Amino acid sequence: MKAAVLVFPGSNCDRDLAVAFRQAGCAVEMVWHKDTSLPDGVDIVGIPGGFSFGDYLRCGAIAARSPIIGALKSHVERGGHALGICNGFQVLVETGLLPGALIRNARLKFICRPVALTVETTSSDFTNAYTKGQTVTYPVAHHDGNYIASPDTLAALNDADRVAFRYRDNINGSAENIAGILSENRRVLGLMPHPERAADSALGGEDGADLFRSLAIAAVTA
Amino acid sequence: MTEPTITEDVIAAHGLTPQEYANILRILNRAPSFTELGIFSAMWNEHCSYKSSKKWLRTLPTEGPQVICGPGENAGVVDIGDGQAVVFKMESHNHPSYIEPYQGAATGVGGILRDVFTMGARPIAAMNALSFGEVTHPKTKRLVAGVVEGVGGYGNPFGVPTIGGEVRFHAAYNGNCLVNAFAAGLADADKIFYSAASGIGMPVVYLGAKTGRDGVGGATMASAEFDDTIEEKRPTVQVGDPFTEKRLLEATLELMASGSVISIQDMGAAGLTCSAVEMGDKGGLGIKLNLNLVPVREKAMTAYEMMLSESQERMLMVLKPEKEAEAKAIFDKWDLDFAIVGETIAEDRFLIVHNDTIMADLPLSKLASTAPEYDRPWVETPAAAPLGDVPKIAAIDALKSLISSPNYARKHWVWEQYDSQVMADTVQAPGLGAGIVRVHGTDKMLAFTSDVTPRYVKANPFEGGKQAVAEAYRNLCAVGARPLATTDNLNFGNPEKPEIMGQFVGAIKGIGEACLALDTPIVSGNVSLYNETDGQGILPTPTIGAVGLITTPDALISGLPSAGDFAVVLGATQGHLGQSALLAEAFGREDGDAPVVDLVAERRNGTFLRENGALVSAATDLSDGGLALAGFEMADAANVGLRLVSEEIGQLFGEDQARYLVAVHPDNLETFLSQAKVAGVPATNAGTFGGDKITLGAESAPLSTLSQIYRSAFAEKLA
Repeated sequence: MKAAVLVFPGSNCDRDLAVAFRQAGCAVEMVWHKDTSLPDGVDIVGIPGGFSFGDYLRCGAIAARSPIIGALKSHVERGGHALGICNGFQVLVETGLLPGALIRNARLKFICRPVALTVETTSSDFTNAYTKGQTVTYPVAHHDGNYIASPDTLAALNDADRVAFRYRDNINGSAENIAGILSENRRVLGLMPHPERAADSALGGEDGADLFRSLAIAAVTA
Repeated sequence: MTEPTITEDVIAAHGLTPQEYANILRILNRAPSFTELGIFSAMWNEHCSYKSSKKWLRTLPTEGPQVICGPGENAGVVDIGDGQAVVFKMESHNHPSYIEPYQGAATGVGGILRDVFTMGARPIAAMNALSFGEVTHPKTKRLVAGVVEGVGGYGNPFGVPTIGGEVRFHAAYNGNCLVNAFAAGLADADKIFYSAASGIGMPVVYLGAKTGRDGVGGATMASAEFDDTIEEKRPTVQVGDPFTEKRLLEATLELMASGSVISIQDMGAAGLTCSAVEMGDKGGLGIKLNLNLVPVREKAMTAYEMMLSESQERMLMVLKPEKEAEAKAIFDKWDLDFAIVGETIAEDRFLIVHNDTIMADLPLSKLASTAPEYDRPWVETPAAAPLGDVPKIAAIDALKSLISSPNYARKHWVWEQYDSQVMADTVQAPGLGAGIVRVHGTDKMLAFTSDVTPRYVKANPFEGGKQAVAEAYRNLCAVGARPLATTDNLNFGNPEKPEIMGQFVGAIKGIGEACLALDTPIVSGNVSLYNETDGQGILPTPTIGAVGLITTPDALISGLPSAGDFAVVLGATQGHLGQSALLAEAFGREDGDAPVVDLVAERRNGTFLRENGALVSAATDLSDGGLALAGFEMADAANVGLRLVSEEIGQLFGEDQARYLVAVHPDNLETFLSQAKVAGVPATNAGTFGGDKITLGAESAPLSTLSQIYRSAFAEKLA
């Protein structure tokens, strides 16, 4: 199983994401944003957290127009897996691979703290190691994690069981407490909280490790 | 372009005294050009030259077997075993932050991060120690909001976890806030980069962001008192771009790994001037710069402006000529400017050419070596009057007076605006003693703390200086870390006043004595003087940043007690209430002497705790607020009650030094107490953890009620 982690100027969780993939048994290659193709045999593309292009213009907007994004889109169209965390979620939204938008937190401040999330669906390769309704704790660290979408989009996400995680307490103003969503084919997950920061007992939590483990298994059998 | 004429007013506006100007005339044997005057003022201001403090800084202990590089470079370097080193420093950005809080704080963080990665180290932890005026002062809220947002606004995108710090409020900071930023990085011990240039005719390379007019004269501004013209100084504050700094970090580390770098210096205060002179001076070489090659943001910048600009995110480097193409490719990859702007020369000259005209031609070695040095007159701080009677107060009320004050309330409103987890190696985030990060890819950990109790330093500079070091030492021991070394950020008022200079001298003597006794040499630091407004100085605030090493996970001591643990006090309690938090917060009094620090007891007690960490469920140091506050903080963090037997205010809130509160499981109590006896460490069983109340002697209150106060007080007063 093989993961590629995209690196944009300003990405700062690229190494953290690579470590989490490796712990789950993946081989990992870092891919520079100016590249136009992914390495051969990539099963999962990780879009890491950080401040790609300084969050200038809009979070994720410039990264979503990087040369590598064409290859990401082809990978997803082929049914490949993609995981966008924090700034990675913002990038996925900006590329149109996931619906909605992420705007400034309701209280207008950066928030970094561990938060409790409800696993809303286990029918995805990212969440099938959890139980439905389970509470998991991942840290958040963002200024622009307030998820918004049109009523139609929210209805579509709910109807198709595409909300993967919700915040137990609405920390940032997100519509319907949404913390993470799946694509229509359920192989692309974008979420604001950081499972890769909760994948090691020495750092105070392992709730996120299951996400990477189940993903690694699924990607190989896909 | 003709330069302005040099008049007495022009000289004074550059912060140079008539005597200093006379020295310039003597050195040059002629009058300086306007650009040359600017260069002298940049090199000779207090901020860059340490002219008032040098004499005393030399007395600090800076050596030890663990020290790879002490003061004098961009940051200190300390051995952490296995061929690795921790590189760290603390630096103030006080004056700019008061003028323009967001950018002042942001560029303070940017500057200290650059100091660390200039040495070849990837930053792995940051802290910041902040001092503000009274909560009720009209400026305070805006300063707190701006500074905190600025710290996060730079550190978060850069991608360094902010894992600790301090926030205090006191009327003495009404006219001058303090922003002290600390950063630490990790490097291979044999791959440290220094600033001394070597080789003649080597290319001098400019890297990073373009040069603009921002920050021109910033270092001179930071070397003066404030008055009511402060708003006019806003253009001297630099503007930060963390995105560029993050790219500069990655590009610089890539360039270093490629083996192209001979020497490197970041452009901080006084920008191009200071960095070029430092590289030349340390290498015993001259430097020639052609300013037409400097990447600029604005048209028609003068030589003077370019030499004094403090535009951020810039580096100067001496490069191996054969590696030029490879180096340029790395900077192109990161879309950063890369320009050869000059060369090293054999003659002792600092030669600045602009538009084919020589704008400055100065003896380079004299710029640094003949900088003025003053032995400022000083008077010893008079002994504090003895403490008067302390009014009666119920113990729970006393605790409430502390935890409802923004000085002692929980400060998550601040630290949750900082990314404390990025890099995914944070073992202990802010809120519970020292911050701890794992050394990536190993089981080792580094612990970081910053401490000072300015009230103590004012009452008794010598003991207060000792105490700042001792408290930092204790915070490291309390998590099981072996204290390695320290950095000092010395914030004082106007050194031309003998009583202020006396505070400085006293504090330095205390810091030196403590660092020697505790084997924690000072490896880097920064001095910030003239923290005065309209003649009112700040509390003397020598912030000490300290770094400790935890070699195995077993050695780590938790801060979270369990129900059933005994609460044991290590160290002797006399009940010292002079200059205590209780006096200040409950009664608005700041009297009596600072507590005396017994450095032998500090070392013995700290060593004992580290060596017996396996017998301990949790530990914390006792500092201001004493046993009651430390016990409450532990109880709150673990959400478990606490009963302390004593109801005597001195026992509960006294601030005697060299003490810890330790939670010990009943099975380990006997062994722990007997080991303490053998080691000669006083150990007193003071109570037990458990239940859902805080009980102090005969009084109690629900933990949940107190936690509610403790966790909401800061935001209620400052949000």
